[in-house]
Amino acid sequence: MRLLPKSFKANKRERGIELFLLFCASVSILTTLGIVAVLLFETVDFFREVSIVSFFTDTEWTPLFAQKRFGIWPLLIGTILISGIAMLVALPAGLLSSLYLSEYAPDRVRRVVKPVLEILAGIPTVVYGYFALLFVTPLLQKFLPGLSGFNALSPGIVMGIMILPLVSSLSEDAMQAVPRSLREGAYALGSTNLQVSFRIVIPAAFSGITASFILAVSRAIGETMIVAIAAGQQPRLTANPLVPIETMTAYIVQVSMGDTPVGTLEYKTIFVVGMMLFLSTLVLNVLSQRLRARFREVYR
Amino acid sequence: MSSQSAALPRSAGARFWKELLFQIVCIAILAGALLILALLLTSVVVDGLSRLGWEFLTGYPSRFPERAGVLPAVVGTLYVMLLTAFFSFPVGVGAAIYLEEYAEKGGFGLGWFSRLIDINIANLAGVPSIIYGLLGLAIFVRFMALGRSLLAGALTLALLVLPVIIIGCREALRTVPDSIREASYALGATRWQTIRHQVLPMALSGILTSTILGLSRAIGETAPLITIGAITYVAFVPDSLLSPFTVLPIQIFNWVSRPQAGFHANAAAAIAVLLPMLILMNAIAILLRNRYQKRHSQ
Amino acid sequence: MKLPADVVSKKNGKHTIQPLSDPKIEAKDLDFFYSEKKALSDVTITIPSNRVTGLIGPSGCGKSTFLRCLNRMNDIIPGTRVQGKILLDGQDIYAPDMDVVQLRCRVGMVFQKSNPFPKSIYDNVAYGLRVNGWKDRREIEAKVEQSLRHAAIWEEVKDRLKSSALDLSGGQQQRLCIARALAIQPEVLLMDEPASALDPIATARIEDLIQELKKDYTIVIVTHNMQQAARVSDFTAFFYLGQIIEFDRTEVIFTNPRQQRTEDYVTGRFG
Repeated sequence: MRLLPKSFKANKRERGIELFLLFCASVSILTTLGIVAVLLFETVDFFREVSIVSFFTDTEWTPLFAQKRFGIWPLLIGTILISGIAMLVALPAGLLSSLYLSEYAPDRVRRVVKPVLEILAGIPTVVYGYFALLFVTPLLQKFLPGLSGFNALSPGIVMGIMILPLVSSLSEDAMQAVPRSLREGAYALGSTNLQVSFRIVIPAAFSGITASFILAVSRAIGETMIVAIAAGQQPRLTANPLVPIETMTAYIVQVSMGDTPVGTLEYKTIFVVGMMLFLSTLVLNVLSQRLRARFREVYR
Repeated sequence: MSSQSAALPRSAGARFWKELLFQIVCIAILAGALLILALLLTSVVVDGLSRLGWEFLTGYPSRFPERAGVLPAVVGTLYVMLLTAFFSFPVGVGAAIYLEEYAEKGGFGLGWFSRLIDINIANLAGVPSIIYGLLGLAIFVRFMALGRSLLAGALTLALLVLPVIIIGCREALRTVPDSIREASYALGATRWQTIRHQVLPMALSGILTSTILGLSRAIGETAPLITIGAITYVAFVPDSLLSPFTVLPIQIFNWVSRPQAGFHANAAAAIAVLLPMLILMNAIAILLRNRYQKRHSQ
Repeated sequence: MKLPADVVSKKNGKHTIQPLSDPKIEAKDLDFFYSEKKALSDVTITIPSNRVTGLIGPSGCGKSTFLRCLNRMNDIIPGTRVQGKILLDGQDIYAPDMDVVQLRCRVGMVFQKSNPFPKSIYDNVAYGLRVNGWKDRREIEAKVEQSLRHAAIWEEVKDRLKSSALDLSGGQQQRLCIARALAIQPEVLLMDEPASALDPIATARIEDLIQELKKDYTIVIVTHNMQQAARVSDFTAFFYLGQIIEFDRTEVIFTNPRQQRTEDYVTGRFG
């Protein structure tokens, strides 16, 4: 008995399945197209009514008041201020903890710490927001009497803690990719652990570590709930971390929580702000990927 | 010579202290991070303990904090999770299979297209979640006229977690050795039969891990659902795909944003409901992954 | 069947292989590329029916690549390209209307490293039947037993058909893989260094098995081990740098080769 040949029907089935899978893969392309189209559509509409010059030169952002002003700077500065504070926490702490995990920690410690860091990364941001507003701010107020209930400092610090696992695990991956032979060469010349870490491992993994830092900045810029809860909703052009401010993301939340009718100028502002947010994180993400790709090429 | 050998012990001593100091700083930072986690959990439990109870779990929101409950939010979270899984799991796994098993290995001959998808997915993974909310608002809520419904929310979250699932599933598929595929092809199996009977069963635990991680991200998300207009005050359990809904994170956000301490306790109690769900999901995913990693490294 | 004395003749300064009286597979002017790299050039050979044909040569000479062309296994490697013809019973297997899946049912393959599926012994053998549309449980059972007997492993596994194939020893795994290939009743069996990972005793069993199987199958075997080629094959082709240097009856290749390079290789002067 010879086996029957696969029928034409079976062949058609194979093609059908492949087409379906291709469709699944295309959903991601459609998502990107959708994001760009939606943001672009409303942004273009917005700039028909508001001059693009005043958008980038005006120093006040008051779309929800009777006296409407559309200067993006207060939101941008608020975003940069909080992200900056977060980076002050996350970058050094993330770098050191990744260095420790990669170069020093015994296997036993790694096996416990890494999953815990991952769980830390899995806590929803709204919980971190609760923590910033009701735990960290009151705590800081004991040392800084001038600190208002809403401020940039406390959500910045908490955001830094939230981002730490990301920096730590990506930097550690980069360090682990540094070939053992480089380290052994340095140890053979009598270098200490510390010297190997700072003079061999960090320089060798530099582009990988930088990529993780840039990704962290991008994550901070896009972070929403911590700032929406604990930073306040007052767009203000200031570098003072002790007073309430507003970030781009928090503004989108603020408008979404209200009853803004579709098609109004206020409704369009959230898409304009979204466009700013999208572009800035996109640039950072692409940069980070380039660096990482270069890093991978070096150590292949 | 003698001066050199005399210098050696001193520098060795200095080296020792420097090394030690550095390690202590590193350990302090790590311990700090873990401590903060512990602190966070205990402060939440302490704050919320007074409210946590059967009435809280089965109650509806209220103007009075001591009467308020989370039933609609818990049910909403479960519905959203199931619906998100329903949409994102097949599409995510399908996309991963296409990219790993077809595009790389001679599919329709669309090499440039799959490279484009590749770059695109990496970028989508970095788009802030609130942007997905704007997308959902414009496409699902307005254009497709689904309104501020359960369905619109789940579709938005499905798009959000798709990159997580796709990237994780691709890694899982890559752990299946090519010798298995070849053996199957050599026996006259078609590409799909090979995938269905050999590749997918071997990659299953990795696929489940990334799906669980993706879903746990989805049920912790707040911002995109606020943007599409999930309502913060829902006094009923959603009864259809098109009914308005709320979820736990939004309920938490709502209570945290109120000035009264009573609502803050409610927020803490709601966190104490949400977190165990999430930590459990993450822990299962991490365990599952460690297990299959161990199996493949052997 | 009387074997032709000469299968190689010289024409225009180029060696060409004369067709055999009972050819199973004929390769004609076959070129093969991995992206830009040419791995096979101008391979012309006729593989006789119901005989064992051995492919020898130093590593990287293209013998495995050629073997994998015979059931189009190279199709799944991206960036590969084939020129020329391979005829199976006179039918071009690289023709556009060729059903690759059907081809692989006719031309079975056993790999260098045993690669049983992580399933039970029974399911490993039944897999090829199931994907080819066998439904009846009793028929499958009978076929599985027949294949395992044919591959000389039935006695060792008959009491534990439901246990995992991964628990078998290396030699048993390889014989299981042979049984798995036999189950779908191929006409040709390709073997890519089937014994290279096995100990001498397991190797001897595989070689005995090959002698048994050639009654029913046309066998093409790649081997690194010259003694093995001398022991098991009726014909031997010597590959070097992607070309066939010489193809003849095995005893000719090993005792009286025409080409200096063949002699150097079989006497161990290089490779």
